[in-house]
Amino acid sequence: MSIATAVPTATETVLAVDGLRKIYDEGTDHANMAIDTVSFEVDKGEFVCIVGPSGAGKTTLLRCISGLASPSAGTVAFEGRPLSGVPEQLGLVFQDYSRSLYPWFTNGDNVALPLSARGMPRAERAARVAETLEAVGLGHVAKKYPWELSGGMQQRVAIARALSYRPELLLMDEPFASVDAQTRFDLEDLILKVRRELGITVVLVTHDIDEAIYLGDRIVVLSKNPSVVREIVEVQFGSERSQVETRSSPEFLELRNHLLSLVMPKDV
Amino acid sequence: MTRVTTSLVPTVRPRRAKSGLRRLGQVLTPVWLPLLLIAVWWFATANSTSPFFPPLGDILVDTWNQWVVFGAWTNAVVSVRNLLIGYVFGTLIGIIGGSLLWRLRYLRVAMNPIIYFLYVLPAPALLPAMIAIFGIGDMRQIALIALGSIWPTLLNTLDGMRGVDTVKFDTAKALRLGGWRTYFRLVLPGAGPQIAAGLRASLTVGIVLMVVSEMVAANSGIGFFILQAQAEFAIKKMWTGILVLALIGTVLNYLFVFVERRALRWYYRSRALGSS
Repeated sequence: MSIATAVPTATETVLAVDGLRKIYDEGTDHANMAIDTVSFEVDKGEFVCIVGPSGAGKTTLLRCISGLASPSAGTVAFEGRPLSGVPEQLGLVFQDYSRSLYPWFTNGDNVALPLSARGMPRAERAARVAETLEAVGLGHVAKKYPWELSGGMQQRVAIARALSYRPELLLMDEPFASVDAQTRFDLEDLILKVRRELGITVVLVTHDIDEAIYLGDRIVVLSKNPSVVREIVEVQFGSERSQVETRSSPEFLELRNHLLSLVMPKDV
Repeated sequence: MTRVTTSLVPTVRPRRAKSGLRRLGQVLTPVWLPLLLIAVWWFATANSTSPFFPPLGDILVDTWNQWVVFGAWTNAVVSVRNLLIGYVFGTLIGIIGGSLLWRLRYLRVAMNPIIYFLYVLPAPALLPAMIAIFGIGDMRQIALIALGSIWPTLLNTLDGMRGVDTVKFDTAKALRLGGWRTYFRLVLPGAGPQIAAGLRASLTVGIVLMVVSEMVAANSGIGFFILQAQAEFAIKKMWTGILVLALIGTVLNYLFVFVERRALRWYYRSRALGSS
């Protein structure tokens, strides 16, 4: 694949997961292995989706690669450095926006939260908040509270909050699982647009195979508990995709069949 | 559709049509019972000759005379000042102590039995000890009020902070808020509704302790006034003290609710939206 030393920046690895294993309650009699061994790499500018059947330890994996949880074995390196806590250049979007947004702050203050934590001056902060909310199509809600918005809009605020400090890598944990189907398509397209405009690297965890194909450049398919990587599938749709055409193309359907057979093996 | 009955099935009222009559009803609903009770009190005692239950009209006149004309209002000022100082100290200790116990698990485990021991101990029982330590005077009153108002706030603070959603803590870590920012932007506001409940319970305890502490070995305050009047067999005067006390308690409670509704507007408004 990569002809080494040609252009080093072209295939810069943002995230390297090597032999990651996670056992809960390790050493006790109810020890539970969520992840057996998982290894993969994410290059700069790439969109990688992680799919797997329910209970495949997807959220556990995301917690480990984001630095929220520490792995039992193996290493996770972000831009070449091993993780100790959540890196500064990482944005995280959780599934449940109603639990991750702070209801006592307005949307603008929610988005400003990581900025003030990074010591950004007040004036610059206000401009950045407005700009980021604008980028997710919510220019008019800075003074409102999250609970005054619909579910899809709340998740947009959460995405804006994760993008406000311009992270290198955006990690998303089932970000569209709690919204209705129409909103889901809108948010998927929003993420593709944001990614095109900001040139950001994205890792998205989902249980939805169609979503993974529609969004991803590569798809990491996990087995069920305890997880191993079954296959890493390349998706060749480029950066311009459309909900109607892409999803009905023969390549899409072929990939879909292939992934389904991986996620739901008949011999088990 | 045929209508089954007219009296048993509640009909849907038109939403917009807010007549003047309904608005009047909205105002009257919360006040009609107190007004009725006052009227009953007024008429039942109007011709009373019992020394224990003087006519309400006489009590009101005497309240004006005692508290405004004869200058007993200084007692109320002393009481309220002691209450506020003791309350602020006690609840501050409660919030800070509750936060420390939330943060330091070992301290929490170690302190747990002691806290519950002090919590169930009726604060007035400490009055003799307080007199021995602080002597007679405002300091003792303040100390007792502070001591009593610590516990409801402390326990509610701890409980509220422990109940803050784990996803919100993950979010704080992901946003790299850091320790103090996490405390002031997440933990404190997140526990806010329950801290407010604790503060309110502390206020009630504080008012009780204010009166009780003034009834034992004191020389000023509303409690002192009430007890003094009773000892002089000036029953009407005693009633005026009770009336003023009730008035102060009500005002303080309304004031508290007023401030709370403003501070926790996000909470009440989001709940109102969620339930509709």
